[in-house]
Amino acid sequence: MTAAAPLLQVRGLSKTFGGIGAVNDFSFEVKEGSITGIIGPNGAGKTTVFNLVTGVYPPSGGEILFGGEEIEGLRPDVIVRKGIARTFQNIRLFNRRTCLENVLTPLLQRGKCSFWGALLGMPGARRMERELHEKAMELLESLGLAKYAPWQAGNLPYGLQRKLEIARALAAEPRLLLLDEPAAGMNPEETRGLAELVGEIREKFSLTILLIEHHMDLVMNICSPIVVMNFGALLATGTPGEIRANPDVVAAYLGKGKKRNERTAG
Amino acid sequence: MDYILSIVILGCINMVAVLGLAIFTGFTGLFSLGHAAFVGVGAYTSSILTYYYFVPFYLALPAGAAAAGLVSLIIGIPTLRAKLRSDYFAIAILGFGEALRVLLENLEITNGARGLPGIDGFTTLPIVLICLAGGVFVARNFLKSRWGAACIAIREDPVAAEMAGVRLFRTRLLSLAVSAVYCGLSGGLLAHYLSFIQPVMFTLVQSTQLLAAVIAGGMGSISGPLIASFVFIGLPEALRVAQMWRLVAYGLLLVLIMVYRPQGLMGYSEISRFWRSRS
Repeated sequence: MTAAAPLLQVRGLSKTFGGIGAVNDFSFEVKEGSITGIIGPNGAGKTTVFNLVTGVYPPSGGEILFGGEEIEGLRPDVIVRKGIARTFQNIRLFNRRTCLENVLTPLLQRGKCSFWGALLGMPGARRMERELHEKAMELLESLGLAKYAPWQAGNLPYGLQRKLEIARALAAEPRLLLLDEPAAGMNPEETRGLAELVGEIREKFSLTILLIEHHMDLVMNICSPIVVMNFGALLATGTPGEIRANPDVVAAYLGKGKKRNERTAG
Repeated sequence: MDYILSIVILGCINMVAVLGLAIFTGFTGLFSLGHAAFVGVGAYTSSILTYYYFVPFYLALPAGAAAAGLVSLIIGIPTLRAKLRSDYFAIAILGFGEALRVLLENLEITNGARGLPGIDGFTTLPIVLICLAGGVFVARNFLKSRWGAACIAIREDPVAAEMAGVRLFRTRLLSLAVSAVYCGLSGGLLAHYLSFIQPVMFTLVQSTQLLAAVIAGGMGSISGPLIASFVFIGLPEALRVAQMWRLVAYGLLLVLIMVYRPQGLMGYSEISRFWRSRS
């Protein structure tokens, strides 16, 4: 693998649900270190692509390469271990656990320790536990959640739940982070804060980020390139400027603009 | 005095089994209507070892627990691999438990439905208390470990758990095996306390009582189910004066708990901070 090869390559990806094609022959790539955005109208298949990349269900066809390695059809926990973590469109936290425990769970899964040593509470197991606690606290701190550590995740305000989900994803120590509508339900001010946060964590954890978003200002500000999906297929890809100027994209979002112009003209 | 002692011993033996089911149902979120069968496997295995083969009790007891753990894999591997949802799994294991009981009723070595009489009464109060305390200690460590965290993550959200690196099938299977080991241990203690066991002691009714203790005590709690289990053993005894009404009182208590505290006595928390992972 050369340094220039993209971190994630999706080629001819398809997924059908009982005859209905959710994703058809979809190809795109994510360059190492980029913040790539996926946009598209509702039902375009964006979340399905995330689910396919993270192994929630296997693709019907096509291939997904991560760092040059085929990962399609692998189990989610295997894919996480390879370095892809994600958040969910409808927040999925471990609601009845504390914020700390939410972040601790993926950390613990990565830790190596003996089963019997853990059961008997051996010093080695305790030491590892303490180290991971510290690591979890650091992660919470870097997202400004430190003071909420003992809170039950389900009791957090909505915006903080989104942040906690990002913290939990980071705890899996990914190279590629998938964010599924991270700004959903946020007001403009919170959205701006999120844009900054995404930039910060990319620097701090040297991440590559792929995000789905409907807030166009957010996408246009921080994402490049942008991939546009429509009806499960690739519609366009390019820099924010190119996407804004692309007539197909405008048509997909606003309907056939030309016809309306003709109508008003005539 | 002997009477009270026997209630305490039986209560503690029951608590060991409830502890196991609390890990499986309370913390991993899978319902089971067949765990009494694992108590039966532990009881029969350890009794057969001491009764026919004169194996020392301190070896027979863990052997019974291990046998229960192994038997749990027989039902666990096919059902949990198929990712049966919680209620379907409960029915599958119900069938398994009943099948196991029928097997016990028809095997020669178990002496069929008549049961095994004259098992040596090795179980004493100190032994029971050591097993219970050890069981609580191990359960607490288990729940704090990566495996326990994985179990709780699965209960909270299986999809998110997988994305946190949790191995769904393996973790569920491990949780089942651990809970079966507890039940097997409880069975071994029971057999060597009562000196007599028969298949009818390990039916759906007993499974239901274990599950009732976990749910009434509080899912996701260790202390809650232990308290509930002791109350459910102790209350019918305390109410013996009321004769046949005592079982009505038992049922009434269960209904009242579910109506006024649907999250169970302890809910998702513990009686002391001791249980909380220290941060």
